[in-house]
Amino acid sequence: MLPEAVSANLKVAALVSIGQHPKSGRARRADQDARAVEMGIGLCGNKLNLVHAGETGSQEDLEQALRQYLGMGMTSMTVLRQPTGSDALPALVSHFRDHSADIILAGMRAESGEASGMLPYLLADRLGLPLVPAVAEVLSINEREAEVLQALPRGQRRKLKVTVPFIATVDQAAQAPRQIAFGPSRRGSLDLEASVEQQDEEKAAWEESPARKRPKRLNIKKAKTAADRFKAATAKPQGEGGRILKDESDREKAQAILDLLVSEGVIK
Amino acid sequence: MILDWLLPLLLAIALGLMAIGALRRISLWRAGQAAPVNIFAGLMAMPRRYLVDLHHVVARDKYMSNTHVATAGGFVLSLVLIVLVHLFGLHHQILSWALLAATALMFTGALFVFKRRTQPPARLSKGPWMRLPKSLLVFAATFFIITLPAAGILPENFGGWVLAILLTAGIIYGLGEMVFGMTWGGPMKHAFAGALHLAFHRRPERFNGGRSTGLKPVNLATDSLGVAKPADFKWNQLLGFDACVQCGRCEAVCPAFAAGQPLNPKKLIQDMVVGLAGGTDAKYAGSPYPGIDVGQAQGAPGKIITDGLVKADTLWSCTTCRACVEECPMMIEHVDAIVDMRRFLTLEKGETPNKGAEVLENLIATDNPNGFDPQSRMNWAADQNLPAMAEVKEAEVLFWVSDGAFDMRSQRILRAFVKILKAANVNFAVLGDEERDSGDVARRLGDDATFQALAKHNISVLSQYKFKRIVTTDPHAFHVLKNEYGDFGGRYEVLHHTTFINELVKQGKLRLDQFKGSNVTYHDPCYLGRYNGEYDSPRELLKVLGIELKEMERSGFRSRCCGGGGGAPITDIPGERRIADMRMEDAKAVGAEVVAVGCQQCTAMLEGVVEPRPEIKDIAELVSEVLIEEVH
Repeated sequence: MLPEAVSANLKVAALVSIGQHPKSGRARRADQDARAVEMGIGLCGNKLNLVHAGETGSQEDLEQALRQYLGMGMTSMTVLRQPTGSDALPALVSHFRDHSADIILAGMRAESGEASGMLPYLLADRLGLPLVPAVAEVLSINEREAEVLQALPRGQRRKLKVTVPFIATVDQAAQAPRQIAFGPSRRGSLDLEASVEQQDEEKAAWEESPARKRPKRLNIKKAKTAADRFKAATAKPQGEGGRILKDESDREKAQAILDLLVSEGVIK
Repeated sequence: MILDWLLPLLLAIALGLMAIGALRRISLWRAGQAAPVNIFAGLMAMPRRYLVDLHHVVARDKYMSNTHVATAGGFVLSLVLIVLVHLFGLHHQILSWALLAATALMFTGALFVFKRRTQPPARLSKGPWMRLPKSLLVFAATFFIITLPAAGILPENFGGWVLAILLTAGIIYGLGEMVFGMTWGGPMKHAFAGALHLAFHRRPERFNGGRSTGLKPVNLATDSLGVAKPADFKWNQLLGFDACVQCGRCEAVCPAFAAGQPLNPKKLIQDMVVGLAGGTDAKYAGSPYPGIDVGQAQGAPGKIITDGLVKADTLWSCTTCRACVEECPMMIEHVDAIVDMRRFLTLEKGETPNKGAEVLENLIATDNPNGFDPQSRMNWAADQNLPAMAEVKEAEVLFWVSDGAFDMRSQRILRAFVKILKAANVNFAVLGDEERDSGDVARRLGDDATFQALAKHNISVLSQYKFKRIVTTDPHAFHVLKNEYGDFGGRYEVLHHTTFINELVKQGKLRLDQFKGSNVTYHDPCYLGRYNGEYDSPRELLKVLGIELKEMERSGFRSRCCGGGGGAPITDIPGERRIADMRMEDAKAVGAEVVAVGCQQCTAMLEGVVEPRPEIKDIAELVSEVLIEEVH
């Protein structure tokens, strides 16, 4: 737990979306967003602001899914109302311009819809805030800066310092979300706010269809011994090839990056 | 003589104080919530409930029932006659002689109480209860001697002032314990509270040989769900707690207590009494919750129970096996109280321990506790060609498959049962993917919201089809469908598969060979036996197979739980032993090589015991093994 004095003044918001259960397809609290809420509760208790942008009220199951976040012990949630097919970004941007937050927490990506994982980046860009991706834990925080642990592959962690305010996306490695309690979830209020209505033109043109099942690539295990397998599972991936450019001029460094992008086929 | 005026005065004072105590005690119960009770009918039914239903339970211990009849019968009779003879001064010879007989009877009974208290079994509470036999003896002896002159046996003024002082002391002590103490919280409180508890019992269906085991639904629209504080109980539940005699029969049969988990049903009820009256448990003189010292608990009617009165782990240790309720001579409803308190923890605080949260979330999202794809519910029967209700719309029998469909061990039981159904040419169908979890686990874990959602959905699905009866291999689903869906409008004839197979055998629809094996014992599932009274069908079936059962010491209504009920394997509160291991010891003690069961949960629990151990087989499997199938 963080020092009381700091967390008392902290304005923390968590972005929550309507998730989709991978097996049943039923609407639910999104797992990563719930982790963001859990982290937010850890920072400032039930003063955490929950913000959802999207349609609601029309469908019972969608409202129930949103209420699952309230079931984590919150008394209210801000819902920026939008008609179906709207872009959430402008609504969130205008909300946070009016109600600034020190920390905005979000999941890494949504469980339905585009699920591109771009929203936090675009929001950070529009609000002019730094973004820390894949945060596992907030270590310390004061008015000016925060120290966070970022999750890297294979259980590795990186300690980062970031200036407040900032946006963070919460990794799967963060603390699992608490249980949903029915009582608070039923009684909590959804504060509906009118918001920017801007149709997502791009998405409107898309066609959605169920994902095709693809054959799995067979994983040929090269490891012969338990020690090898352990190493394969835990060791840092050793960078192969590559060059470290430190003393070269900026032009040379840029040229090296460009060459790599061309050789990898990113730029033609 | 001094007693001529002193005795009526003391009697009047004692009775007056008793009345004040009674009003005070009643006001404590009234702190609870309103409950629909028929006061008049209850009071009228009370003597019969006491003399027949309660005595029936007490009579399982013949020594104690005879003792109690003599002592309590003698006391009630004495008290009535004492009031007539010594307070109202009706000095009629017959009354005096009757009073002599009553006190003599009470004295005799009290001697046996005294004898038992010389070396009390561990389950009995000590403390004030140890002085009770002496109080009984003093009361009976004092009034016997006082009545001697009235009966004309001894002259007036015999014995002089020494005896008069002794008798006065006896009267004060005797009346203090037996009359004043009855409503002011002594051991005799059980007589006062117990009588009213029988009159205003929350489950009056239990009397006259009836059965009432389904949990009561929660009104989900209220501001606080479940029982947070003692005052959140119904008033007659509080009254029920007060009726406890601390005999510890519940403690002796509680599987969680025996396993060293932090639960003792007797202590729990006493803690509820502490809660309703306010104070601490320092005066409690019985066995503690295993691993938790007595004296730390504090409570008040308006104080949250899990904040200092009872630890949450205590509530989560219960397997809801109902052994305590079955054994309680006062017919106290321990399981109702425990689930009521669990409801608060789950529905309001979201604090279901261990895997509880995950299981409940899975039930909400996928309708089964393990989060499997709800569309894969029928995968187990891919090769069985089962008729689905959605296609046939109508069948004699609806086979409720239950969540055993997802478990490979349970699937063997399901297959065996389908084989039997087919061999007997039963017209049956299944719901397939339309079936959902029955809601049993959600409800026992305190999540009545999820239970109600599942129940309502299942009922709406069932209402689309025509069938005569539901048959299931899962006693938990059986109980819920039969006894708990009624509150939501779902009333069905539900049978356990052992009952149904037994019926088929009796109708000659199955040709069976004899069982080739030895020593078989039968483990009664709690939800089949104690919850639904089905003890005979499984035994009759096993007899048809040519099996002579080696009954375990704890069998029938005294069967010991496997440890799998009430979500206990999910909340998994640590103890010193595992309940399933103890049950297997019971089976080994009678030399069993096969334990016949009628429940997939019991199968899972008992098979979880490390080998070497007897084999575990569901009765459906035993029957299907010896089934003679006709080749068409």
